[in-house]
Amino acid sequence: MADQASGGKGATNDVLAWLLDRAHDADNRILEMLYSVVHGTLRWFLLLRESPAAMLGFVLIGFWVFVAVFAPFLTSYDPNALDYAMLADPTPKWMPWEAHWLGTDELGRDIWSRLIWGSRTVLMVAPIAVFMAYLVGCTMGMLAGYLGGWVDMLISRISDIILSFPVLILFIILITAIGPSALNIIIAVTVASSPGIGRIARGMILDLRNHEYVDAAKIRGESALYIMVVELLPNARGPLIVDACVRMGYTIITIGVLGFLGLGLPPPDPDWGGMVVKAKGFISIWPHMAILPSIAISSLVVGFNLLADGLREISMRD
Amino acid sequence: MIVFIANRLVLMALTMVISSFLVFGIMEFSPGNVASKTLGPYASDESKKVLFEKLQLGDPLLVRYGRWAGVLTGLIEDPLADPALDLGFDDPRGHQYFGNFGYSTLFKAPVNDVLWDRLGNTAILAGIAFALIIPLSLVFGVLSGMAEGSLLDRGLSLTGIIFTSIPEFASAVFLMAIFVVWLGVLPGTSTLNVTPEWPLATHFVLPVMVLVLYDFGYVARMVRGSMVEVMTKHYIRTAILKGLPYRVVILRHALRNAMIAPFTVILLQINWLITGVVVTEVIFAYPGFGRMLLEAALFGDIALLEAATVVALTVAVTTQVIGDIGYMLLNPRIRFV
Repeated sequence: MADQASGGKGATNDVLAWLLDRAHDADNRILEMLYSVVHGTLRWFLLLRESPAAMLGFVLIGFWVFVAVFAPFLTSYDPNALDYAMLADPTPKWMPWEAHWLGTDELGRDIWSRLIWGSRTVLMVAPIAVFMAYLVGCTMGMLAGYLGGWVDMLISRISDIILSFPVLILFIILITAIGPSALNIIIAVTVASSPGIGRIARGMILDLRNHEYVDAAKIRGESALYIMVVELLPNARGPLIVDACVRMGYTIITIGVLGFLGLGLPPPDPDWGGMVVKAKGFISIWPHMAILPSIAISSLVVGFNLLADGLREISMRD
Repeated sequence: MIVFIANRLVLMALTMVISSFLVFGIMEFSPGNVASKTLGPYASDESKKVLFEKLQLGDPLLVRYGRWAGVLTGLIEDPLADPALDLGFDDPRGHQYFGNFGYSTLFKAPVNDVLWDRLGNTAILAGIAFALIIPLSLVFGVLSGMAEGSLLDRGLSLTGIIFTSIPEFASAVFLMAIFVVWLGVLPGTSTLNVTPEWPLATHFVLPVMVLVLYDFGYVARMVRGSMVEVMTKHYIRTAILKGLPYRVVILRHALRNAMIAPFTVILLQINWLITGVVVTEVIFAYPGFGRMLLEAALFGDIALLEAATVVALTVAVTTQVIGDIGYMLLNPRIRFV
């Protein structure tokens, strides 16, 4: 199955083979680990092609990533520029070649332009926040699971306390206190998400640490840090990758919700949640102002959750 | 069993103390103090300073936290209620009793006057939503879980995933566009101010719909997961092979065992539901607990925010403990571990 699936990509296989050669030549275990991680991940993505739902998710995410990367080439309007001529009738023309094809908001700002520049914000902040949460969470989980004893006790208790907090309340209190900004959203997501990630990582490590290869590494005289990062973490990646994908979706919802509650990024820069809350007041006259950003955020989250579902199915089959 | 419950209760108390202290600590970073927010933007520095001193905001963090905890447990009298301070605070319940959350500077009333009304409103909203979420997700979860991988399973799972992925403010916008703007059959806000045009019942329809749409897919997923697991068990195979009708196998053998995990998971995931309620209330301007909490946090009303945090935590932690105990009671195999 593995060979058949990865046979689809010749160039990637060459790179992988080269990587494996170097790893063997240098007897470099870190390169070998890199090989197995890259290879395993690639194989997963090739297996994904069998699931239509996961592919739909992939396409949805791909669309927004593309749009975010090429934002300056996809619109000629500045997302914050006001067009007074549109104030009288901001309704969309729905044809991509028309001026302001998705209409403008109540200040005459082009909605298409605000949507695609807004996708930049979301796709910058959410991955960084999830990555930070993983950095902290995996460290916590590995230390707790591998070292055990009082370290485990301490980390688990702290996690329990944070996890018993209703997440949104934690966000509201944190953000109102330290002020809304991209950095603060990242900090808040890290604080709120890392205990959950830590718990998954800890469970995986507890499961894995009695394997022979860990004993072998210990006998070789490897340090605890090496064993945790190089031997254990790559083998725990399955559930963590699936969780990361789900978490991306919920982090995007969180960023949207914070924007909606007025705790998102400061105006005037486009922010999907913030766009919806302002447009809600005009919903009876110009519903498109609220509906379009709602569709944008929903489609991106649907994308991540569909992809996560596909990944979960594959990881269970492995 | 008793040791286990005692253990959980101690942990619960510890969680409450640490979290309530953390809220005090975090609020320290809040820009602008309560005194200037209470008096508004046009107050003179002089009067702000007077109020700042009256509210004793200059005291160290630990002193203020200790005072708050003392007032709450009824050990000391609320110092802010002293008529000499001339803050106009007056609590009909007296100034020293257990459960005294102090005064809300936002509503200019005792917290207990504000909190419980709002909590009651939220309980009604959440109760109606819950009463719909449970049966709906059971039907969805059982139907898709009893034949994993079937077309029905894929269809239902996909529906569930899509609905849980749509943020509440987005689904609220879609529903408002349909029912408020297009059809005009429901009110756009649910302030519970009954007008002849919109009777009380119509105020609940949209918020409940938003909550149900967001949460049922999530619960259905858990039911499905547990149902899938149960269907692989030997006793199900035995039941099918001895010739029982499929319906009987599902209803009598599978369903009962499949309920154990979701029951606790629903209780353990109460935080998820609380989050949903906060957002929904803000969207529809529903006079509930969640909106109050956001207002208190934005205003820097520490007494109200603390009270709300303590209540939310109590609800969350209590349901989690009940979930744990329920799990033990429902599953005899782990009862005496």
